[in-house]
This record gives sequence, structure tokens and C-alpha cells, in this order.
Amino acid sequence: MAVVFKKTEALTDTVMHYCPGCGHGIVHRLVAEVIEEMGLQEKTVGVAPVGCAVFAYRYFNVDIQEAAHGRAPAVATGAKRVLGPDSLVFTYQGDGDLASIGTAEIVQAAHRGEKISVIFINNAIYGMTGGQMAPTTLLGQKTTTSPYGRDKELCGSPIRMSELLATIEGSAYIERTAVNSTANIIKTKKAIQKAFGAQVNRKGFSLVEVLSTCPTNWGKSPVESMDWLEEAMLPYYPLGVYKEV
Amino acid sequence: MAKVTINEERCKGCGLCVRACPKKIMQLSKTKLNSKGYHPAEVTEPEACIACAACARTCPDVVIQVER
Ligand code: SF4
Ligand code: SF4
Ligand code: SF4
Repeated sequence: MAVVFKKTEALTDTVMHYCPGCGHGIVHRLVAEVIEEMGLQEKTVGVAPVGCAVFAYRYFNVDIQEAAHGRAPAVATGAKRVLGPDSLVFTYQGDGDLASIGTAEIVQAAHRGEKISVIFINNAIYGMTGGQMAPTTLLGQKTTTSPYGRDKELCGSPIRMSELLATIEGSAYIERTAVNSTANIIKTKKAIQKAFGAQVNRKGFSLVEVLSTCPTNWGKSPVESMDWLEEAMLPYYPLGVYKEV
Repeated sequence: MAKVTINEERCKGCGLCVRACPKKIMQLSKTKLNSKGYHPAEVTEPEACIACAACARTCPDVVIQVER
């Protein structure tokens, strides 16, 4: 029998600590598969965030450095500049990490045209710390710090990072994808290939924003969460390529 | 002939593979529990499987292997 699908060598055998049905595991697999398929496992350095993905270094079978909250792009900048153009350097960051405390780092890394790739998980909430409102939380969305729903007057509107970063000259590839269907999971993998390709071809900064789920803090089952991603997140966060040079 | 192998011990019973299967031939076991206390996924009609791997691609814990 021929193998149609099996776990990539670029993931370790460690059981992931993520909650049942959390989108993080899907995206970890996609990133690992792309690294393996590009033959870059020995030349890759990942940078793990603070947030639910803080233990990412246990799951990727590549070298990984942990960074302080939001500072992954700065750490990745150092790694890439030391290791040079033959390396593949990526960060894996959630929305609390990248779009809040780390906003300055991500904007300035793109601004410098840093040749790193960023995997940005947008699940519209702070996961690890217990479901607080994030900059990406939708209007009206209830969280532990917006118990009546996010109020625009009080907190502004959710931030669209892909659109923002696409305006920056140093950005070479920016795409927003989602994990809600088989087709979109396959598109997410293609987007990661493009982003890593932009880095390897020395074009500049690249980022893939992946709309993902947080069943635990959304208070929904994993299946309901995928449906909510489709109904609530997709209309506000349109999928597509925002920058390609 | 398709073969889907699920590592039941590592399954978290999330049901995403059930949602993704186009042939609607997956379910969470009604009788089994793994040592973590989850009802693992299972294929109800293996002969109807088309080896599309939609289940495996959506599984966050990468516990499904598909052969044809
Ligand atoms: S808290 Fe949310 S984002 Fe974090 S592992 Fe659980 S489901 Fe995933
Ligand atoms: S391989 Fe396709 S048809 Fe077979 S169980 Fe998985 S999703 Fe269903
Ligand atoms: S998607 Fe994976 S973890 Fe979830 S029920 Fe199916 S086999 Fe189990």
C-alpha cells in the first residue's frame, strides 16, 4: 500500500499540550511539512512566542529559540543576520504576542525588510492567559475582559495586521488564510511555501496570518469553533494575498 | 482499497476529522475511551473510504495515517 498521508519527520513525537481541536496543531504540522519538503530541516531556526505556543520548541524537530513576549521578530533578526541567506528563520506568534505587546517589533522588522518569515496565528483572543480581549477580538465578542462584548467606543475596532503590514515597503509576501476547511488548510500550506520561498529568494519580509480557533476560551466545541471562524471571522478578516513582490 | 490508521491513544476526541470527512464515515467511538479519557475517532465504513486524507489534514494532533 502507498502512503497517502503520514506525520512529517520535522515534527517530534511529543504529544502537543494544546486543547482538543485547537488550530495550533494544524498549523504546526503545515510549517513542519514545508520545512521537510524544502529539505531545510538542518538549516532552520524557529523562534517561539509567549502564549499558548510557548512550548513550540518541543514539537518542531528543528532548532528553536524562545523569545520574550512579542520580541520574536527581533530575535529572528539576529539569528538570520548571523546565519546568513542559506538559513531559514521563522517566528511562530499568536495575536496577543504579535498584535499587542509585539506590534513595534513586527512593524519594524517588516520596515527593515528583514528576511525572516512569520507565522501569525489570529484566533481573536488571548488563549494561555485565560481568554482576555486581544487587539484582534471582534466587535461584540465576549471575553473575560469584555464580558458585554467588545465595544468600539471603548476599545476601538479589531486590528487587521496583514493589511497594515502590506503597506510597508520591506514586506515581500503577506497572505491571510484559515484552517476551517480542507481547501483552506491546503491553501495555508501553499502560503507558507510562498512565504518561506520569499525568504530563501532574499526578497524581504514575509508573513502568513492564519485565522485559527480557540475552542476553550471561545466556550465552543472544536466543531462549533470552526463554524464560528467561518461565520464571524471570515467576513471581517478577508482571506487572500495582500502583498507579493 | 484504502486504509486509515488512527493512533487512538493520542486522539483527543475533538471531532474535527468527523467534520472534515466528505464520505461521512467517521465518528467518535461510543464504546471506547483512551487513557486520557477521550472517545477516539474511528472509521465506521472502511470500505467506503476514498483515501482523500481530509481527516488527516485537519487533525491537530497528527494522529491519522492514510494509505491506499
Ligand atoms: S487556550 Fe485556546 S489557543 Fe490555547 S491551546 Fe487551548 S484552544 Fe488552543
Ligand atoms: S481518508 Fe477521506 S474518506 Fe477516508 S476516512 Fe479520511 S476523510 Fe473520510
Ligand atoms: S481530528 Fe484527530 S484528535 Fe480530533 S478526533 Fe479526529 S483523530 Fe482524534
